[in-house]
Amino acid sequence: MTPADGSRGGVPTLEITGAVKRYANGHLAVKGVDLHADEGEFVVFVGPSGCGKSTLLRMIAGLESVTEGEVRLKGRVVNDVEPADRDIAMVFQNYALYPHMSVYDNLAYGLRNRKIPKPEIDRRVREAAEMLQIGEYLARKPGALSGGQRQRVAMGRCIVRDPAIFLFDEPLSNLDAKLRTQMRLEIRRLQRRLGVAAVYVTHDQVEAMTLADRIVVLNGGRVEQIGAPVEVYNAPASTFVASFIGAPAMNLFPAEAEGGAIRVDGGSAPAPARARGAVTAGLRPEKARLVPAGGGLPFTVETVEELGATRLVHGHVGAASFVVSLEAGVSPPGETCAVTADPADVHLFDRGSGARL
Amino acid sequence: MKKVQFSGIAPPLLLIAPQMAIVVIFFLWPAAEAVRTSFFIQDPFFGRAVFVGFDNYVNAVTRSDYLRSAAFTGVFVTAICAISLGFGLLFAVCADEVLRGEGPYKTLLMWVYAIAPPVAGLIGVMLFDQHIGPLVDFFAFFGWELQTGVDYWDTAFAMTVVAAWKQIPYNFIFFLSGLQGIPRSLREAAAIDCRSPARRFWTVVFPLLAPTSFFLLVINITYAFFETFGVIDVMLKGEPGNNPVSLVYKVYLDGFRGQDLGGSSAQSVILMVGVMLLTVVQFRFIERRVHYA
Repeated sequence: MTPADGSRGGVPTLEITGAVKRYANGHLAVKGVDLHADEGEFVVFVGPSGCGKSTLLRMIAGLESVTEGEVRLKGRVVNDVEPADRDIAMVFQNYALYPHMSVYDNLAYGLRNRKIPKPEIDRRVREAAEMLQIGEYLARKPGALSGGQRQRVAMGRCIVRDPAIFLFDEPLSNLDAKLRTQMRLEIRRLQRRLGVAAVYVTHDQVEAMTLADRIVVLNGGRVEQIGAPVEVYNAPASTFVASFIGAPAMNLFPAEAEGGAIRVDGGSAPAPARARGAVTAGLRPEKARLVPAGGGLPFTVETVEELGATRLVHGHVGAASFVVSLEAGVSPPGETCAVTADPADVHLFDRGSGARL
Repeated sequence: MKKVQFSGIAPPLLLIAPQMAIVVIFFLWPAAEAVRTSFFIQDPFFGRAVFVGFDNYVNAVTRSDYLRSAAFTGVFVTAICAISLGFGLLFAVCADEVLRGEGPYKTLLMWVYAIAPPVAGLIGVMLFDQHIGPLVDFFAFFGWELQTGVDYWDTAFAMTVVAAWKQIPYNFIFFLSGLQGIPRSLREAAAIDCRSPARRFWTVVFPLLAPTSFFLLVINITYAFFETFGVIDVMLKGEPGNNPVSLVYKVYLDGFRGQDLGGSSAQSVILMVGVMLLTVVQFRFIERRVHYA
């Protein structure tokens, strides 16, 4: 397990300081980002579309110039280094395989351009192909492969390069749900096995949670929070992170904090004693408990969704819609009831800025 | 597309009849007539036609002026294809670098193609004009006295340049749209795999352009063989004299100037067979190497 700040000593594989990306049309896509990835670490950039996550990844790859700040790979500033000289490998969203080359040539192309001896190329290609179980397709063209197979070839192209860092740009978004889950596991297993650092861009918080050693939540070109998945889940730094990470999303509702409790519509529930006054309170559906009326924040059951393993009870707390996740077979204590929770599970955010209190 | 099922054979036949009539009257019938005429010596003034078998063919291919014209045509066609395809590709690559997604510029560049071919040919003629042609002055600066229409090689040079020049915008447009059809991520993947932009071009971009290139090669060869007639005619001003003529122009000269209908027909049949063979060769040997994504 990596410590909170992710440091393991030594030179980080990737280090980004004060990175800014301004396009020619004046659009500011990345507004000053600092982060780093250590050796063998899996870092996931997650955020909604337009949050700058792909731009940031492309800045690391050298496919976008860096307007301000520095990108370092293994201690070397690479701002002005050609992509081919950066010691990186990238998997693109649409795989970007060379359609006129066989799978073998797709894997070997980058190595041939680096003047690596033929037997060595052959050894690496066959090794990667075996690892990815694409050995029998080596003679085929990408057009004759399925989506999952193409995905493997794209990863093979990265593996043979033996780079300092893997870059993934939403690599699973073109696959169907079942294959996505399977490939997600495979990517993680492969990355662990190779021990190569990786930066992975996704808008899917499940992918972020499952893959990452460290999650970087981006919003509007800025970092909202960096931390291990559990930290981000347990202590979201802002209402944005709180609503983005975790499914179903955290309930956020306006409340009055009065030191050790929050109050909504005459009802109250225990809460951390950190704040007083008008706040935005947050409570995860799976941490909320339904109790008979009067025992907490007033809650009226509107609909119940049966998911098999759990039940989602939809209603309102105050004016905000609210979801409670119950275990299978458990029913709400009544049509009108109340919501309560352990004080440690209640999150408090500044009503104005959305920052964690 | 809406599909319509006709009840009888008559309505569809009736519908394609105009097209078929045009094909028969303007293509098949003259072609058949050319083949027939090539076996006769015909009195141009409505006299008798004498059957001479393959004499016209033998006569055509053994005459030194025919062989000379054939040799010129070979060089002429090769040079036009090389120049117009080469420059078309070069310009397209240059434009593509700056044009990604810039719609109005693309439209502007395509205007060149909208210039009518005869006008373009005439501009070329003026550029090489003995008295007012700036290109003549340009080459004179390097000590080359260009005498278009007088000197065999100078005329050949001017013809080739003008004919190739006319075809460049056409090739440019196709190459440009071919280049813009290559996904950006593919070029980026190549940028990560290969440092040298030139090598990237020849190993990734150019092979992906192969379908476009092959199509253009066929079109350009056809153009150089047949459609350059107008350029040659304009440049020679109807006075072939000692100047180079392509095989197509020679068919016209021998048939309409020389009144040798049989010999001219034999030449055109040879040309027709030659171009057909060339097309077969192209499709068999080049197309096989073309990758259609």
